[in-house]
Amino acid sequence: MSLDAEIQEVRKLYPEGTRSAVLPALRLAQERHGWLSREAIEEVAAALDLTPAYCFSVASFYDMFHLAPVGRHTVEVCTNVCCGLVNAQAVLEAFERELGVAPGETTEDGGVTLRAVECLGGCSTPTIVAVDHRYRQSVTPEDVPGIVEELRNDG
Amino acid sequence: MAETTVAVADGPALVLAGYEGKPLRSLDAYRAVGGYEQLERTRAMEPQDVIAKLIESNLRGRGGAFFPTGRKASFIPSPDKIARPIYITVNADESEPGTFKDREIMLIVPHRLIEGCLIAAHAIQSKRVYIYIRGEYVDEYESLRDALGQARKAGILGDVAIVLHRGAGAYICGEETALLESLEGKRGQPRSKPPFPAIEGLYASPTLINNVESITTIPAVFGVGAEEFAKIGAPPDSTGTRLFCLSGNVERPGVYEAPHGITVRHLIEEIGGGIAGGRELKAVMMGGSSFPVLTPNDLDTPLDANSLGQKGYFIGSGVVCAIDDRTCMVQFALRVGQFYMHESCGKCTPCRIGTRWLVQLLRAVENGTAKESDLDLVLDVCDRIIGKCLCVLGDSDAMIVASCVSKFRDEFRAHFEHGGCPFGHDSQLDELFAPVDQHSGHPVAPEVLA
Repeated sequence: MSLDAEIQEVRKLYPEGTRSAVLPALRLAQERHGWLSREAIEEVAAALDLTPAYCFSVASFYDMFHLAPVGRHTVEVCTNVCCGLVNAQAVLEAFERELGVAPGETTEDGGVTLRAVECLGGCSTPTIVAVDHRYRQSVTPEDVPGIVEELRNDG
Repeated sequence: MAETTVAVADGPALVLAGYEGKPLRSLDAYRAVGGYEQLERTRAMEPQDVIAKLIESNLRGRGGAFFPTGRKASFIPSPDKIARPIYITVNADESEPGTFKDREIMLIVPHRLIEGCLIAAHAIQSKRVYIYIRGEYVDEYESLRDALGQARKAGILGDVAIVLHRGAGAYICGEETALLESLEGKRGQPRSKPPFPAIEGLYASPTLINNVESITTIPAVFGVGAEEFAKIGAPPDSTGTRLFCLSGNVERPGVYEAPHGITVRHLIEEIGGGIAGGRELKAVMMGGSSFPVLTPNDLDTPLDANSLGQKGYFIGSGVVCAIDDRTCMVQFALRVGQFYMHESCGKCTPCRIGTRWLVQLLRAVENGTAKESDLDLVLDVCDRIIGKCLCVLGDSDAMIVASCVSKFRDEFRAHFEHGGCPFGHDSQLDELFAPVDQHSGHPVAPEVLA
C-alpha cells in the first residue's frame, strides 16, 4: 500500500474537515522513510490537503519526529530523576563509550542513534532504555555491551 | 532485566481485581473475573442514574487534579440539548516523571479500561471515544489495540466507536486542552479556559476528559456499589484505592494498589521494604515532579488529598519517589527544572522565560558561583510564574523548585560557601545529562543564552 493510501485509511477515523490525521500520518511517513525529510513532509501534506509548512510546524513540536536523518537503530536512555537516582547517568555513559558517540549523535556507519530522553514511565525498573522503541527495564552499565552487540549484529 | 512489580498491597483490589500475576489480556480471561458485567448492568440503567452513582461514590480524577469524576460527567449537556456530537477522550499520555501506573493498566487490564470507557459513554450518551496514548508506549498500544479488537468482534462496543490516537512525544499533551489541540492535529499548546472542554472541547463539541486510572476505576464503582465504594479509603473526599507509583531509592519499587489513607511511611517502609542499602531518606518526590517535595518529618502523613493538602502537599498521580541522603537537592531541582524548560510549549512568557531562568540560576548555584540573593531571586522567579500562565506547567516547575530551596536552603547555601557542590561526585544525580538541545533537526534553544 502506498503512503497516500495508508494515510487515507487513517483519515477515516476522524471527522471530515479536521486535521486530526496529521500526527498518525507523520508517524506513518517516518516509519517508511526513517525520518521526516522535506520530501516526506510534502508527501504527508499532499495526502492531507494541507501545506508542507503546516505539517512541518506540527512535526517540529514533537520529540519523536526526526527532522534530520537518524541511524537504523535508536537507543533512548531515560535520564529523568527517578532513573537518575538509580544510575541512569552511568548507563548513558556506557552507551556513549560503547558506541563512540554523544547523546543526539549517530554512529559513523549510520547504525545507531543515541539519545537521552525524558521520563519514559518505567520508574520502578531503572534504568529504562528504549531500544528501537521497545522498553528494556532495569538496564545496568554491564548490560550495555550486549545490547550494542545485538544491534551491530542486526546491521 | 526485571519486570515491573505490580501488586495489591492492602486490599481491596479494584483496578487490579482478578489480577494474580498474569495479565488479563484476553476477553475470556477478563470475563472469567466478572469482566463486562458492570457494563451490562449500567446499560440497563438510565444515563443520569449512572452519573448519580458516580457522584455518590465520590470517585475523583487520578491524573493529578483530583476533580470529582461524576460531577465532571454531569457538566456534559445531554444530546437533546445540543446539536453537536459528544466526545470522550481518555488521557493515556502518562508522562509525569515518576508515574508508571496507566501503562500497567493498559498492559494488565486493558479490557477494564474499555469497559470503563463504555460505561462513561453510556452515562453521557457519547458515541465516540478517543484514547490519546503516549507515543512512546508501544507494547501498551498493542495490548489495548488487541483488546479493542476482541471487544469489537464480540459486539461489546455496540454503537460506540473507540479510536486509539497515538501521541508523538510531548509532556504538555497530558494537559487536557493541549491534548485536545494535539488530537486535532495541531501543536500541543494549551487553550485558554473558559470555555471548558465539557462545553467546547474536541472539535468545539462537549468533551469528557478522564485519566486512564479514573476510567478504569468506574467498573469497580458499580462492582462494589457506589455506597460501599464511598467508604473505602479515606472518606468522604479520598475514596477508593490508588495505584501508587513507588520508585527511587527503595528496596522494592513498583505499582501498588492500596486504599487512600495509608501513610507515606507505610508505603515506603512496609510495602516498599524501606530505603535501599539501609540508607537514610532525605526527601520524597510526592505526587509527581509538579508538586512540593515531602521531607522526612512528614512521613506519617496519610496519602489522601486532605491530609496531604493540610501540609502543603498533593497526591497528584500517586507518585512516591524516595530520595536518599546521597542526593544533592540542587542537582535534583536542576534536573527537574531542565525537564520543565524542555517541555514548556513556549506559549506563555512567564513559563517560557521563567523555566529557562530557573535552570540558569540553579546551574549557578550548583557550580558555586551564585550568592545568597540568587536564592531569593529563584523564589521570586517562581512567584512570578505561578498562576500567570494558561496551564500549570510553569507552576509545576515553580512549586517543586521553590520547595527545594525553602526546605533545603542550607544545602543550597553550602554550595556557594564551598565554592561548588559539597557532594562532589557522590550524588547519583551528579552531571546527569538532560536532553535539552539534542533533538535532531529540532529548532531548540540552548540552555544558556549567549
